[in-house]
Amino acid sequence: MTPGDNIVEVRNLTKSFGDLLVLNDISFDVKRGDFLCIVGPTGCGKTTFLNSLTKLYDIDRGEMLVNGESINLKKHNVAYIFQEYSTMQWLDVEQNIGFGLKIKKRPKEEIQEKVDKVIKLVGLEKYRHYYPNQLSVSMLQRVVIARAFATEPALLLMDEPYGHLDLQLKYKLEDELINLWEKTGTTVIFITHNIEEAVYLSNRIIVLTNKPTTIKREMLNGLPRPRDIASPDFIALRDQVTELIKWW
Amino acid sequence: MAKKNARDSRIWLSIQKEKKEKRKYVLISCASLLTFLLIWELCTDILKLAPSYAMPSPLKVFRSFVAKLYQTAPDGSTLPVHIGVSVYTALLGFLMGAVIGSPLGILMAWFKTLDRIVKPVFDVLRPIPPIAWIPIMLVVLGIGTASKVAVIFMASFVPCVINAYSGIKQTNEVHIWVGKTFGASRSQLLFRVAIPTAMPMIFTGIKVSLGASWMALVAAELLASSSGLGYMIQIARSVGRADIIIVGMLMIGVISMLFSAALEYLERRFVKGVK
Repeated sequence: MTPGDNIVEVRNLTKSFGDLLVLNDISFDVKRGDFLCIVGPTGCGKTTFLNSLTKLYDIDRGEMLVNGESINLKKHNVAYIFQEYSTMQWLDVEQNIGFGLKIKKRPKEEIQEKVDKVIKLVGLEKYRHYYPNQLSVSMLQRVVIARAFATEPALLLMDEPYGHLDLQLKYKLEDELINLWEKTGTTVIFITHNIEEAVYLSNRIIVLTNKPTTIKREMLNGLPRPRDIASPDFIALRDQVTELIKWW
Repeated sequence: MAKKNARDSRIWLSIQKEKKEKRKYVLISCASLLTFLLIWELCTDILKLAPSYAMPSPLKVFRSFVAKLYQTAPDGSTLPVHIGVSVYTALLGFLMGAVIGSPLGILMAWFKTLDRIVKPVFDVLRPIPPIAWIPIMLVVLGIGTASKVAVIFMASFVPCVINAYSGIKQTNEVHIWVGKTFGASRSQLLFRVAIPTAMPMIFTGIKVSLGASWMALVAAELLASSSGLGYMIQIARSVGRADIIIVGMLMIGVISMLFSAALEYLERRFVKGVK
């Protein structure tokens, strides 16, 4: 495999809850090292979409291939950052970050080494023995991001991770995420309803329709980094995506 | 330097606030205890509101406590022997209840099939008060330690099962998802996610069990026994020794308090990240 290969292939993904068809025959590919943003209006089934991809939800039809094989969370190195706060309250920062590695039964020395590395990247060295109830919202979100990156995932899934943060904090964490992505080369699928966020972060955007959700448009985002949200090109792309969403 | 940093943090402030609150609590507790003893002394030795054989003063109770440490009258054993018998019986029944009850609650909540098999039986046994088990246990196991251990087991078993069960059921679905996406097996999800989530509830169950065990023990010893604090109280009542009755009651209170303190210490050691 080389950079640019498809790491993920989604084929005919279909999911319904009872009579309600939520995802309708969705197919797309994700290239290795991509930062793919999936945008759609609130309630269109974005979370269902990621949960179905990872088989946290049973699907009606379709499959998701990782490196050409049907996704197997025990085998494929996937990390998922959820919309809800997902730090474990009984573990301190260091233990939270090492959680995924512990689940993967990595040796103690390796866990410590990787935790030390990512804890520095997210700037939480001083808080390694603090518990979640002693941390601010931004710190909690950094812990979750660090926990995902500690496992050096081949594929990182993020479901509106900054949806409930204030703007200033959101911008800061977005920059931190871009920095981590550039350093690690991890493939990211990032779900958001915020078009500006999608244009700022991604190098590819998929626009979803409302329920039953299908893909409305796939578009490349070749804006140079670091991106300026006030630049004419940025605004033009943002408006283009907004137009697509406005049509339903 | 490290100390200076800590001083700057809000954590340091919250620890200081907690310590101050603790000191205040200890002071208030001591003052309330002292006030209680003073009122008691006032009502007995000074105002003589009741005859001393019926309501002895705190000083008389203290003297009886010291004497009972080495005297066997009127019940045939010294106070340490009674305490030893009661603590042994209570701990045995309580530990059996906790060691069987908590894991059973965890497994019932985690494995649906086991839940379906055990829950109907458990739901029938659950509402029966521990004291109601005394007659049948006496008939089946006799007046010795076994019947009392069995009654205490029933008293501690039920809260342990209920709390462990509820604790596991409260596991945050997102935490389970986090584990699953990292490739966790079902046993890893149980031991690394569900049980740690349930730990505060499991400890609550164990604490409730301890109280229930102690109450069941005293009730069992009052009704049928040949030693123990409940037996000592019962004999003292029959010979009209209110001072020994009060010594027995106070011992029950103090021992129960020590057990609770020990459990709270264990809870602080094992349950992390909870305010």
